[in-house]
Amino acid sequence: MIAAHLPALQVVIPLIAAPLCAILRRGTAAWVIAVAANWLAFAVSIGLLFRVLDEGVISYAMGGWAPPIGIEYRVDLINVFVLLVVSGVGAAIIPFARKGTEARFDSTNQAWFYTMYLLALTGLLGVTITGDAFNIFVFLEISSLASYVMIAMGRDKRALTAAYQYLIMGTVGATFIVIGIGLLWAMTGTLNLYDLAQRIPDIENTRPVLAALAFLTVGISLKLALFPLHLWLPNAYAYAPAVTSAFLAGTATKVGIYLLLRFFFTVFGGGGFFLSTPLPEMFLVLSIVAIFAASTVALFQNNVKRMFAYSSVAQIGFITLGISYATETGLTAALVHLMNHAIMKAGIFMLLGCVIYRLASMRIDDMAGIGRKMPFTMAGIVILGLSLIGAPGTSGFISKFWLVLAAMENGQWWLVALIVIASLITMLYVGRLVEAAYFREPSEKAKNVREAPLAMLIPAYVLVAATIYLGLDTTWSAGLAQDAAASLLSAAY
Amino acid sequence: MTTILADLNYWVTVFLLVGGLYIVVAHGNMIKKLVGLSIFQTSVYLLFISPGKVLGGTAPIIAEGFDVYSNPLPHVLILTAIVVGVATIALGLALVVRIHKSYGTIEEDELHDLESDA
Amino acid sequence: MTPSDHILLALMIPTLGAILIALTGRNRNLREGVTLVTAGLLFGNVLQILPAVLEGARPEISGFEVTPGLDIAFQVEPLGMLFGLIASFLWIVNSFYSIGYMRGNKEPRQTQFYVAFAVALASAMGIAFSANLFTLFIFYELLTLSTYPLVAHHGDAKARNGARIYLLILLSTSIVFFIPAILWTLSLAGTLDFTPGGILAGNADATTTAILLALFAFGVGKAALMPMHKWLPNAMVAPTPVSALLHAVAVVKAGVFTILKVSVYIFGSDHLLSTGASEWLVYVATFSLLAASVIALTKDNLKARLAYSTVSQLGYIVLGAAIATPLALIGAGMHILMHAFGKITLFFVAGAIHTATHKTEVSQLNGIGRIMPFTMGAFFIGALSIIGLPPLGGAWSKLYIALGGMDGDYWFVVAALMISSLLNVAYLMPIVVRAFFRPPDPDDNGHGNGDGHSVAAVNDRLSLRERMAEAPWFCVVPLCFTAIACFVLFFAPDVVIQLLEGMLEVPQ
Repeated sequence: MIAAHLPALQVVIPLIAAPLCAILRRGTAAWVIAVAANWLAFAVSIGLLFRVLDEGVISYAMGGWAPPIGIEYRVDLINVFVLLVVSGVGAAIIPFARKGTEARFDSTNQAWFYTMYLLALTGLLGVTITGDAFNIFVFLEISSLASYVMIAMGRDKRALTAAYQYLIMGTVGATFIVIGIGLLWAMTGTLNLYDLAQRIPDIENTRPVLAALAFLTVGISLKLALFPLHLWLPNAYAYAPAVTSAFLAGTATKVGIYLLLRFFFTVFGGGGFFLSTPLPEMFLVLSIVAIFAASTVALFQNNVKRMFAYSSVAQIGFITLGISYATETGLTAALVHLMNHAIMKAGIFMLLGCVIYRLASMRIDDMAGIGRKMPFTMAGIVILGLSLIGAPGTSGFISKFWLVLAAMENGQWWLVALIVIASLITMLYVGRLVEAAYFREPSEKAKNVREAPLAMLIPAYVLVAATIYLGLDTTWSAGLAQDAAASLLSAAY
Repeated sequence: MTTILADLNYWVTVFLLVGGLYIVVAHGNMIKKLVGLSIFQTSVYLLFISPGKVLGGTAPIIAEGFDVYSNPLPHVLILTAIVVGVATIALGLALVVRIHKSYGTIEEDELHDLESDA
Repeated sequence: MTPSDHILLALMIPTLGAILIALTGRNRNLREGVTLVTAGLLFGNVLQILPAVLEGARPEISGFEVTPGLDIAFQVEPLGMLFGLIASFLWIVNSFYSIGYMRGNKEPRQTQFYVAFAVALASAMGIAFSANLFTLFIFYELLTLSTYPLVAHHGDAKARNGARIYLLILLSTSIVFFIPAILWTLSLAGTLDFTPGGILAGNADATTTAILLALFAFGVGKAALMPMHKWLPNAMVAPTPVSALLHAVAVVKAGVFTILKVSVYIFGSDHLLSTGASEWLVYVATFSLLAASVIALTKDNLKARLAYSTVSQLGYIVLGAAIATPLALIGAGMHILMHAFGKITLFFVAGAIHTATHKTEVSQLNGIGRIMPFTMGAFFIGALSIIGLPPLGGAWSKLYIALGGMDGDYWFVVAALMISSLLNVAYLMPIVVRAFFRPPDPDDNGHGNGDGHSVAAVNDRLSLRERMAEAPWFCVVPLCFTAIACFVLFFAPDVVIQLLEGMLEVPQ
């Protein structure tokens, strides 16, 4: 009985929990609800995964209204993979949120924070699970509005301008997406993604459809911070509360990637059309520029959170690079890195949150000598940093492995060389932090800090452990991703 | 001339779209940016609603004497979009108020100077 | 227990040892006791695998698949057996020595030192017993990371700088050359398993093979093939037991071991010989071993001279791998063993001199043989073994490499080996001559440890007992022991050769 309604529960659970938090107005109670809702959502995702593995694509008519009139929730391998990432990363982050928010906000504001968190989660899960184009826009805006608020709650006043900037760019992006959807609707008369996929092949070379593709590409690229549309991201990540940075880095941009895949490959049909446009070359070039420009900028940041924010832009470049191939290996690489990067970057931002909790600064000079004061925190950052570089034995290696494999398959040896050089730059900026933390004399601020509380470390270490586990057993990352990539290319939906 | 008039709704849409976007990009005042954003979003409402209008059509309620109906779906969609738009502008304005309190200005270039000093 | 269980134990023992050492860190006697027991257990355990390997068995753990093409798996073959034995045995000796050295020099952060050491040994075991390139690579990187804190041990600017270069060169060579080489191999051969006879024959033409070999030769930065050798002299800032670990026990040995293993089990000696793809490496390795010897001549700092000597000696092993004839490969394998014992002796001596007198330069060593006769006697023996004179172990390996060179019609190699031996004499023997035959410098008091030993040394009328000022016995006994071992190895090459011949057997 419950199994039949899992698709609805995936969205409804956090959606109901959100106003509950707001009504209670008690920080602790709201936190308990948020944890419960998020863990339940994760359990639902796992349940959905097993159902999809068992019986294939699930179509769920929301409210009993049959598609295409009613809104359809459609779960296949690709979105269940993303649902797992989003709810899973969230499930690790939310227990961590307690200490940081408690120290910063009064009880009421804590409750509001969790409300916003749950709304953002609802939105992201909704975007991922729905099979209706306009529904995508609505959920996207729910998550965006909530995340603007979550960013604005940062301790630095620059968080306000960062949130404003993100609001402007995010809204422009979302509006572009609606325009794209509107054009598609005008041409086909349907908003159901499945129906769209059936009808577009006949008219795919008409001008409105091409215009729709262009609007969608730009709008979604803004959301996922594809270079050069990434300008909102560094400040937003740098000045937001650590929980927000971790959550956004782990989920929001990843859902953007999902949308890109869904539109390029499902709606516009199996990769063939994508390859006939100039998009692959465009994404290839932009990805490479993203990787190198953002990594290089990261090298020169003094704010560590900002450094890792730029690193995110670079890592997103790796994901879109995989997409640009439009081959099974390339898409597998993209999906694998989507999962692995979500986990490691969320972990890094959580551990940086531990540092802020004790040190109240993110300047690399203030973090000097912190390795001995906060050994577990820094050890975690080192492991995740190694994964970011792509050291074997961590999940980052698996991502790079697939990416290099995809490049080799296409005979693009120069790209292999570029990926290698990019890893070197990553090594340099991670190395900068490691060296400051371990081999410099403790700064004035660092002298009096202690290790972060277990309530923060344990959730972060869950992600550290996941990073290592996914470096050694890839059944649930590459294994799933490979099947998902195959189904994307065959346009089975 | 007739083709221009036939597509008049699209021309208006495009004009509002480009104009709104221009304001967002070109103006440094945070309130004006939001105004531009609002105009930009409004253009999309037109984009959706105008093709849904069928000349001589009426609301899709089965009744004697009416057999041309307009599609109601765009109205419903745009109602939702308007709600989203209002929420966005409200949040944007709230942020501007907070920024004004913290920095004492809402001009982007002045903010930029203040932030680089900080 | 089956030999497979012993493989697992070989990985577990040092890992558990590291944890125990960390836990017992407060009590130094207990901590060092744990280190010694762990080292002893590890060697005993590795020794248990030997009989099976000698009989031709290849014990293995099939492990698990990470992603298609990449597996974690272990298998013991003769070369890995040899490396495992060397590393685990020398860990025991080195642990004794470390106790003397670390206490004698009142080094800071000793617990961290012993823990990192144990982790490094666990990684070395992983390298020795890995059944494919991917597994080997993981442990290879682990070894780099675990030795990084050891190199940076002193924590001052110089140590940090040395450690930074160490890490930068080792990591970047493996990222830039080693990983691409591994992935390329995978795409050519479809597997990364170490297979007798190689996996590339028939999958790669001569040019591809040559390029791939270059990626491996320079990608394995630990083998210190010029110009990737810079990390080795820079890592000399570390305490001497760490230098011993780097030069003899694990690190550079892991490098040349990898190169040897790749040329035997990935390329296959027949494939290398028939394509001639490794010919260029013969020249590069020859240049590397000669050039490093010349540089060693110019170094006054004892440890720096020994470091360049290591670069040169590693050239011999790479050379053997490049010549790829059976005799050369056996010679290269033997040289891993012989050089390990010779070089560890020399480093122990350098450390003992530092502990006893705080001298670091060759030019300060005049007459030191009079106050440290055992130490300098061991140095003499170790140096002879490095030079390759009978009756010391080093003679065999150089002989085999030279014979292998003749087999492969590389006559200039034979000439180069002779010149190199002469150069070895030129940079090692003057130290012995200074120590025993030159009078101590009269102005030496200020540099000594201040209690007048140098003055005492001048006074020949004192009996040996009275003028002796050796380092702590924990330092001296191990270095005498390894010197004697160099001697013993000369008389027992059969077992080693028998073992290594197994590496060349290709099942039909």
